[in-house]
Amino acid sequence: MSDVNRPVSRPLSPHLQVYAWTPTMVVSTLHRLTGLALTSGTALLTWGLIALASGPESWSLFMSLASSLIGMVILIGFTWALFQHMMSGVRHLVMDTGAALKVDDSRKFAWFTFVGSFGLTALVWAAVLLG
Amino acid sequence: MAEFSLPANSKIGKGKAHPAADGATNTRTFKVYRWNPDDGQNPRMDTYEVDMDECGPMVLDALGYIKNIIDPTLTYRRSCREGVCGSCSMNMNGVNGLACTTAIEDCKGTISITPLPHMEVIKDLVPDFKHFYAQYASIKPWMQTETPTPTGKERLQSKEEREKIDGYYECILCACCSTSCPSYWWNGDKYLGPAILLQAYRWLADSRDENTGERLDALEDPFRLYRCHTIMNCANACPKGLNPAKAIAEIKKMMLERQV
Repeated sequence: MSDVNRPVSRPLSPHLQVYAWTPTMVVSTLHRLTGLALTSGTALLTWGLIALASGPESWSLFMSLASSLIGMVILIGFTWALFQHMMSGVRHLVMDTGAALKVDDSRKFAWFTFVGSFGLTALVWAAVLLG
Repeated sequence: MAEFSLPANSKIGKGKAHPAADGATNTRTFKVYRWNPDDGQNPRMDTYEVDMDECGPMVLDALGYIKNIIDPTLTYRRSCREGVCGSCSMNMNGVNGLACTTAIEDCKGTISITPLPHMEVIKDLVPDFKHFYAQYASIKPWMQTETPTPTGKERLQSKEEREKIDGYYECILCACCSTSCPSYWWNGDKYLGPAILLQAYRWLADSRDENTGERLDALEDPFRLYRCHTIMNCANACPKGLNPAKAIAEIKKMMLERQV
């Protein structure tokens, strides 16, 4: 018999550590993460605008940083985050009407947001780099 | 703020290995979460090799085999063994479900079994449902009426009215959905979670219930209802094929509709 008076600190069962990821779980998590990324990205965008307003020297410094390898990775990442957040935002809008909530539909819709965000990012950057 | 890692007393250690009996040729390996409240140790994963020629087809059969043949100390809940009672809900290979309706052959590789996620563990695969049941009681899951009961007969419902609770009345309260929901993991103290909200909708959708307004008032809260972010793990996990996310969306729609 266990001593009922002894305080036992019960463990918490594993959650994130064991749960199998699904596309819908990924989209939801990405909606949060891209939201955070866009907030910090907007700070960088503001820096660009201030640089533009402050004259040619500061602008050319900003542009040289922005067109470096790291700068490009951040810019393309920002574009993708914007489109992913937009796509999952539209998904939320549709689901709030009660549509696309069946298991199969919600999975397809989740995949659709990825196709959309990567497709739109590719389109924008193809236009920037080739245009 | 959400805690993504497990507290120190919940970290899972390496457990004991129980190899198959001599001569067993057709075996499957099960890793099972073990925690004993009496030994002061952290939880561990014990490994059991089950002789499939001696064991039934479902995960619950394997747990029975382990308990009866290999290790009688293994503790888990079970009752009906046919997906009606909801006792043997647990996490199998990363997805919540009922051990009795989950076929071993549908599970790939080593089958990892843990208690329902983000719950206090009483022992081994048995989590504490106290809070879950208290939340269930909080939505007043019974018919509430204002009008006097018709004399000599029941409160009647048309076929169409009755159909409105299809997909909701079947819930067996196994908590597979609620404990699959990250929102419930992080905010389960205040958020009611998919199972309880599905039950809440079951009464909102019932034409005989006359307390819709008060029921909605009780749910109108940033946490109780609106922590649902349509992550959809609930509908993925439900062993009865129900869709709590849909029920929650319908409640949100009712909230809007009564404002216009």
